[in-house]
Amino acid sequence: MDKKFGIREVVAIGIGTALFVVLTEVQIPLGFVPNTSLQPRMAVLAFLSAIFGPVVGAIIGLLGHALGDALFYGSVWWSWVFPEAVVGIGIGIFAKKFAVRDGGFDKKNIVLFNVAQVVSNALAWILLAPVLDIFVYAEPANKVFVQGAFAFLGNIIIIGVLGSILLAAYSKIAGQSSSLKKED
Amino acid sequence: MNRLLSYEEKNTWLHHLSGITKLLFFLIWCFTSALTYDTRVLLVMIAVSVVLYIMSGTRWQQVSTVFGFIMVFMVLNLVAIFIFSPYQGTQIYGTKTVLTAFLPGHAITREELFYLFNVMIKYFTVVPSVFIFMVTTNPSEFAASMNRIGVPYTISYSVALALRYIPDVQSDYRRIRNAQEARGIEMSAKAKLKDRIRRTSSIIFPLLFSAMDHIDVVSNAMELRGFGKKKKRTWYAYRKLEPMDYAVLAATVLFSAAALIITFADGNRFWNPWG
Repeated sequence: MDKKFGIREVVAIGIGTALFVVLTEVQIPLGFVPNTSLQPRMAVLAFLSAIFGPVVGAIIGLLGHALGDALFYGSVWWSWVFPEAVVGIGIGIFAKKFAVRDGGFDKKNIVLFNVAQVVSNALAWILLAPVLDIFVYAEPANKVFVQGAFAFLGNIIIIGVLGSILLAAYSKIAGQSSSLKKED
Repeated sequence: MNRLLSYEEKNTWLHHLSGITKLLFFLIWCFTSALTYDTRVLLVMIAVSVVLYIMSGTRWQQVSTVFGFIMVFMVLNLVAIFIFSPYQGTQIYGTKTVLTAFLPGHAITREELFYLFNVMIKYFTVVPSVFIFMVTTNPSEFAASMNRIGVPYTISYSVALALRYIPDVQSDYRRIRNAQEARGIEMSAKAKLKDRIRRTSSIIFPLLFSAMDHIDVVSNAMELRGFGKKKKRTWYAYRKLEPMDYAVLAATVLFSAAALIITFADGNRFWNPWG
């Protein structure tokens, strides 16, 4: 990310949030665990954080989750809004390293990306979300920790699979300075 | 499209309030509702939000689908709480009055039912206020008034862009999904998990990459027009805070303070009708 908050970041937050909100609608039910599903929007959040950095990731997470909840479900579950920012920040701090736009998203970065996403998802959904649930909404501890664990699992799967593929593909396209290929 | 809550222009006093007034009301309202488990306070909050909802002139069709979803989620949540923690209420209220021995380890107690009732009415305190906020707030005016209370205009602009682009991205999404379905990619729940992820990605790919193009185009356009060069900017949709805005804000703060004082008067956030 640049030293200052540039125009591209402003626009990325705006359109990224819109994308995140719209994809709230897309859920892949896990099937074997009732009432949990993979959320492709998490992969999009990871993608945008990895490209535009932690500030953009955090704001898209917060704003997108709150707006998406409000628009689709009519109520905002605040204790699950804030962990979303943790995911955005956790992945976003490595944005410079990933260098997605310069075609630098190679195997080493895929590993780093996945380590970052697993750690920040664990912080967000196994630790922060259940604790906030208990403090803010006084929900039973075992229920919120089970929910948190499933959210963690679902998110690391979808970010690990879809997020990595999206980033690798985009890095390949964006990194090419022209469509010409060197002939062997 | 009809599943989403969206702004509708009308001529009620709630529509004339500034966007920021409604946002602050909404946030304080959520905060109060989250903190209190006092049944009396919650019931008063429901009454107030229902009255406001009626005053906002919102048609039932605008919100009925979303309302249906909330009800489903609420029931699932209540059932989950009962399954995981049938004696949460007993712990909270300190007594145990078994009504029926429902299942082994899952007797239905009066306290648990009361606790679940409180969790349920908490939903109803917040839902109308979300509806009011989403349906009566003009996005442009909202962004302008956010800037006025000290949010940097770059962030306000991001919010305005987000609200502005949701319908666009949504119609992109519908188009891409229809196109993929027309090519024979089935999106229903019948397929295996791995296939479903692959098929979803066949929608996400074009959607995300066209969004990335969008980001380039829009930020180039804004750069050409000199966005971000100055410390301040003016807003077309800006409206001054009227006395009514201040009145609503004062009333909200007073109400919330009173609600919290009543709630915590007995030392905790719960209200015990038996103690």
